[in-house]
Amino acid sequence: MPHYTELNIGPVHPSIHGIFNFKLILNEEIIQDVKVTLGFLHRNAEKLSELNLYADNIIFFDRMNYIDAMNMELCYLMSVEKITGIEPPERAQWIRMIMVELNRLAARLVGMGSLGLDLGMLTPFFHAFKEREKIQRIFTEASGGRQEVNYFSIGGVYQDFTEKIINDIRNFIDQFKKNLEDMYNMFIHSEIFWQRNQGIGIIEPELAFDYGVTGPAIRASGIPYDVRKDAPYLFYDKVNFDIPISHQKDNFGRFMIKVEEMRQSIRIIEQSLDKINDGPFFNPQGKKSLMLRIKGNGEAFSRVESDAGEFGVYVKGDNTTKPYRVHARSPGLRNLSLLPVISKGLMIADFIAVVGGLDPVVGEVDR
Amino acid sequence: MMKTGELGVKTTTLEKALEWGRSNSLWPLTMGLACCAIEMMAMQASDVDISRFGSEIFRNSPRQSDLMIVAGTTNKRMAPRVKRIYEEMPYPKYVIAMGVCVIQGGPYVDGYSVVMGVDKVIPVDVYVPGCPPTPQALTYGIITLQKKIRNETDR
Repeated sequence: MPHYTELNIGPVHPSIHGIFNFKLILNEEIIQDVKVTLGFLHRNAEKLSELNLYADNIIFFDRMNYIDAMNMELCYLMSVEKITGIEPPERAQWIRMIMVELNRLAARLVGMGSLGLDLGMLTPFFHAFKEREKIQRIFTEASGGRQEVNYFSIGGVYQDFTEKIINDIRNFIDQFKKNLEDMYNMFIHSEIFWQRNQGIGIIEPELAFDYGVTGPAIRASGIPYDVRKDAPYLFYDKVNFDIPISHQKDNFGRFMIKVEEMRQSIRIIEQSLDKINDGPFFNPQGKKSLMLRIKGNGEAFSRVESDAGEFGVYVKGDNTTKPYRVHARSPGLRNLSLLPVISKGLMIADFIAVVGGLDPVVGEVDR
Repeated sequence: MMKTGELGVKTTTLEKALEWGRSNSLWPLTMGLACCAIEMMAMQASDVDISRFGSEIFRNSPRQSDLMIVAGTTNKRMAPRVKRIYEEMPYPKYVIAMGVCVIQGGPYVDGYSVVMGVDKVIPVDVYVPGCPPTPQALTYGIITLQKKIRNETDR
């Protein structure tokens, strides 16, 4: 006769990336079912966006996927720029692209560090955060903010790139290439890391399609789906980069995809730094004195490839200075909804590794 | 104390000695709720090394820790849990409210779901403003708390 135990993990738990509640139904140590409870960080960002001006809403998107703030801002502003008709100039697009890719590196570093922490490896955390601190120094130089940057504005960016920032980014990239390989080797040469990650959390391609999974999770299932390639925004069609895929379908494949994408991000940044041109960095229609009077009409949906996957923002305007409705499509929620399916038959320790590999960010899941 | 070779003797009260020891070995609880949690991790990492001030051991169990850094927005669903975890901590215990969300609601002050300040739920010793505060600001908050602990019997 089977004997079942219930085990609560969360909401405050050191190794579940944010505040979720997982109720595991266990048969001895084998997981039979997982019940995910959300809503511990519901901050009503969508409702508050309806009460604030277009330019003010950027801060709520910064704080959605808080480790990948630039991508969140970019997605909201792409929608707003569609309905207000304020196009950013070319230099602003290049600046945005460099910053977005830098932030992708920073977000992946947090993911790598905390995956190591989950699996009992303390050293990668310190290496990852040391590198991340250098990126945040560049952000501070450009925007004044470390993590929640608030750097992009409607029709451009708030401050221009100076020579110092460009030099800083070049210096950072030069030394980061080696440090990334060091960090990667630290993971890969650890036998325990292989044993803990291989063959767990297998996502079949059909399952990924059914649940709307995006990001590294779907690319690790062998499907080369990336918004940057399939529906290019900014100038992603003008730079060369590859979309890595893996046929391993498991947690280890997802880790390898993330590292390979960091190498591709470095390629994108290097090409962008060469191609960046002189010119205005904001559209005069969206300058600071006019920013509070920007009106939007119509509806728009835009999507970007964020750290966790495809992030989309829907904005509807009714010809006033405030949006009528704002909605965000969160990739983390889709990835989390797959968790009960892929974690059947795993051990508790493997479950922690699967959650770490999926990288859900609670601010974006609960909004 | 000067290095003169003589045996240094300092007289103090037991309370003072206890406070001195307590203030230099604060063990924080990993109470990362939102964005500020990443900056709290950055404070623990090598750039702003909090272990210089004796607080490097982040404990995951409330029963082993004496400082709760509430890092991140507390909403109405989370507030009872925060209170319960605070009550599970042994005395003496201290609370640092990190970030404007925890102090008074922050950017979400107009909303319906966020608790307007965690001090409505649990007593707070030190407030660290910022959205999110830099690791340096949080370090300053911990130093302020240490000063407060050292002067507890004087008040």
